[in-house]
Amino acid sequence: MNLTQLPLLEQAVFVIAALALMASFALLAQTRLTASIHSFAWQGASVALVTALVASINGIHHLYLSALLTLALKSLVIPWMLHRLVRRLEMEQQVESITHPALVVLTGAALVIFAYWVALPIERLEMAGTRNIIAVSLSIVLLGLWMMIARHQVVAQVLGFMSMENGLFLAAVASTRGMPLVVELGVAFDVLVAAVLFGVFFFHIHESIESLDVDRLNRLTEQEQQP
Amino acid sequence: MSPAGWGLALVQTLLFLLGAPLLAGWVKRVKSRLQNRRGPSLLQPYQDLGKLFAKEALMAHSASPLFRAAPYIVFGSTLVAVSIIPLLAVSLPTAAVADVIVLVGFLALARFFLALAGMDVGTAFGGMGASREMLVSALAEPAMLMAVFTLAMSAQSTNLSSVVQFNLDAGLALRPSFMFALMGLVLVAIAETGRIPVDNPATHLELTMIHEAMILEYSGRHLALMEWAAQLKLMLYGVLISVVFLPWGIATRMTPSALALAFGVLILKLMVLWLVLAVTETGLAKMRLFRAPQYLNLAFLLTLLGLFSHVMLEAGT
Amino acid sequence: MSGPSFLPLAFTVFTPLVGIILLALMRTLALAGWINLALAVVEFLASLVMAWGVMEQGTLLAHGFQIDSFNVYLVVLTTFVGLTTAIFSRPYMAEVCAQGRITRQRMQLYHSMFQGFQFTMLLALTTDNLGVLWVAVEGATLATVLLVSLYRTPESVEAAWKYFILCGVGIALALFGTVLVYFAAQQVLADPENGLTWSVLYAHARELHPTVMAIAIVFLLVGYGTKVGLVPMHFWLPDAHSEGPTPVSAVLSGLLLNVALYAVVRFKMLADGALAASTMPQVAGHLMMGFGLVSFLVAVLSLQRQRDIKRMFSYSSIEHMGLMTFAFGMGGPLATFAALLHMLVHSLTKSAIFITVGHASHIAGTQSIERIRGLIRTQPSVGWGLLLGVAAIAGFPPFGIFTSEFLVLSATMQSWPWLTMLLLTGLVTAFAGLFRNIHPMVYGAVPEGQVAVRANMLPIMVHMALVLWLGLAIPGFLSGWLNEVTLLISGKGML
Repeated sequence: MNLTQLPLLEQAVFVIAALALMASFALLAQTRLTASIHSFAWQGASVALVTALVASINGIHHLYLSALLTLALKSLVIPWMLHRLVRRLEMEQQVESITHPALVVLTGAALVIFAYWVALPIERLEMAGTRNIIAVSLSIVLLGLWMMIARHQVVAQVLGFMSMENGLFLAAVASTRGMPLVVELGVAFDVLVAAVLFGVFFFHIHESIESLDVDRLNRLTEQEQQP
Repeated sequence: MSPAGWGLALVQTLLFLLGAPLLAGWVKRVKSRLQNRRGPSLLQPYQDLGKLFAKEALMAHSASPLFRAAPYIVFGSTLVAVSIIPLLAVSLPTAAVADVIVLVGFLALARFFLALAGMDVGTAFGGMGASREMLVSALAEPAMLMAVFTLAMSAQSTNLSSVVQFNLDAGLALRPSFMFALMGLVLVAIAETGRIPVDNPATHLELTMIHEAMILEYSGRHLALMEWAAQLKLMLYGVLISVVFLPWGIATRMTPSALALAFGVLILKLMVLWLVLAVTETGLAKMRLFRAPQYLNLAFLLTLLGLFSHVMLEAGT
Repeated sequence: MSGPSFLPLAFTVFTPLVGIILLALMRTLALAGWINLALAVVEFLASLVMAWGVMEQGTLLAHGFQIDSFNVYLVVLTTFVGLTTAIFSRPYMAEVCAQGRITRQRMQLYHSMFQGFQFTMLLALTTDNLGVLWVAVEGATLATVLLVSLYRTPESVEAAWKYFILCGVGIALALFGTVLVYFAAQQVLADPENGLTWSVLYAHARELHPTVMAIAIVFLLVGYGTKVGLVPMHFWLPDAHSEGPTPVSAVLSGLLLNVALYAVVRFKMLADGALAASTMPQVAGHLMMGFGLVSFLVAVLSLQRQRDIKRMFSYSSIEHMGLMTFAFGMGGPLATFAALLHMLVHSLTKSAIFITVGHASHIAGTQSIERIRGLIRTQPSVGWGLLLGVAAIAGFPPFGIFTSEFLVLSATMQSWPWLTMLLLTGLVTAFAGLFRNIHPMVYGAVPEGQVAVRANMLPIMVHMALVLWLGLAIPGFLSGWLNEVTLLISGKGML
């Protein structure tokens, strides 16, 4: 199905999904903490916008509520909480050093290709019109996973985790027109609680190892420990 | 191959030649106004070029024949490059050779000789400028080609006229691939034409120069040709972006009314584009050179995303 | 409707919800311990009533919950182990608090989250909606994350962080698998809103698109498999199970792993139906067998190198979960019956062992294997408890684990004979590793100044008695129950 044959709103869905993917890359390569949090907020906003567009295209009214929930949670509340934490831990000016930023981004690109390959059999089935967004959302999930692996700052890992949730939400919205409201509320609640717990953890980690660099969390090994 | 078509092609080239200094003057004027100065008149670049042509061309005694030939080669290849771009109409006889890869090739040829000329006399600044230029262009080429490929994949051809025609026929279509390709191409254009934030065209500090450092040893008509070639290159990129991504207004038929409309719309588009350029140049600061690779990686990433968007989202099975 | 009453189910699942709020507000610590215990008793009795109702009147399907033969015995098991752990935890945690290792506020958190954990597990076991299943399993992770880091030592914070991140990632992948299943369901169901209802999906399993289900089952296996502790997603397990307080280790090892495996098997049932007519009908089963076998072998080998007693038993948990996954993957009535029985006895034995280990480390003042010595002389009940527990978990007859492992080996010999050698070697190696470490701990020379502690051995004795009973003679109603589940999962009953 050619892009130009679709109505304008559906084209807009594609554009905004691509912007969410770009935000994922921005999160991956961005070393400044406050800029990362802003990229995450933009990603949340674009996912909410996609939800609203899908709701208006298909006339599903509970999706508007989900869109509002996503916007409030992922674009406003969680970035605000992270900002507050960063301020309290006095890490605003910190810049993380990624060893090979170009390599990290290129691996991300390779992951996007891999996600597309995985989603190809689903795409080939003559099903929903927004089926291709499964590939984009799987890319966002894998990029979030890669971000958690490649970055060793705790806040960056949390952002990677949250952006995985963004990708999952996008998959649910675009391919299945949103999950039942009960499930979405449950998922949103879980995400909120997870964010709160992450915040609590930052303090514990900071207290115990005086930094938020995960490479320093290395006491639990199976090597010979001094009795 | 009608004579009217060839005549129009010639007119297009002349428009480029004459319009480039005017646009350079327009950018300077807007920047000055933004900086609260009155600025030079719009015709100042013409006067500068005229003055330079009248002066004697001095050369260092260590200069080789390449140094003497380089301005003509650079100017010549840039002129050929601009002559194949569809400025006013799509269905010109030059359209047959208006292949984007050919365009990139001509620009690469110009850049190659420019760099050689910079190194030719053996001064430190010339060599420094040449190596910097090569760094920037080596990283910008993949991004530009990726944007070109994205466009070509959508239009099923690398011919510029076909791409423009395809865009015209598609009407208003929101393509993520085009949006990303546009963003990437804009970043590449700024790098290739040596504007802020990659290179400051008005700098007089040699250690911050990229393009100016290579033409530092030229004078008289040679310098005039080099400056003119730079202005042509800037106009080339501007026209490329406005014609490929915002093609509405371009003449598909050879009637005088369509051509007049095309001319008017083109002037409008270029003025707006140059206004945006002037505003960004005033607002941003020049980056340190070692950050240029990061900037170009961003451009590459954007164009790569454009390609991904095309393959994943737009190409149906 | 003509099924059993919904009321006992409501009591079972929603009592802990009340408990969360109640215990979060309860300031008196002693009272909190008793209330926790009381709630556990209520949950257990309610689950027994519900189980009896389901046994008499068949599957209960109401208000988005579904109790069939598979989850009814898991629910009873969960509430039972919750009860015995609550009995154990009341004096134990009071002692811990008195020692000053943990503040009063954190005790409130502990009790509240204990009930929270119960709630999420029971919700996961009883819900009919696959999305709610996901939410509940994630909720269980969140409830226990704070419990693992309860002592706030750097090691426990690190363990909890690892747990949070690894399980969070795994669960996210499982959500993607769930979305894919929903996607497949929407294409074939008349009412797409039912796309996440397991009972409806199971009825229409054959119509689901095989390719989509195959991709989904991979994600689901990796995702929920992380919570089961399958290799290579198991790195959180030894840390999380060894750093938390003892009651938390007991329920994590005994119950949460079962819930995750339950989720995997539910999805496997769907995938088997969908893929039955495709070109690769066994892909879900074979994947489970592969993961299970690898987990079993890696755990058995890692067991040998452990220096911390709780980590050693955590690897034993991975070993047994691997064995269960392998058996479920094999399919067929014999293996499925064996795996179900194994879920039951492993849960009972492992929680008993962790409680005993808690006492042992309390006596010795350390968790290091090298420094725990002479338990049987210092406190015979603990020493004997540990010895019998290890004998049970290693598969000694007449304990129940011997029965289930024997059945697994028989099933393997029937369908995959050359894998039997691997399994046997693994079992013997695990046995050797465990005993090599336990023997000096129980019989070695008593160090200076080691005294007996106040130990509540009742839960342990009850668990071990049950395991012994199940090993000697499985009661008729239980074997009938398990047979029904086997029928449900594998299509053929064993008895």
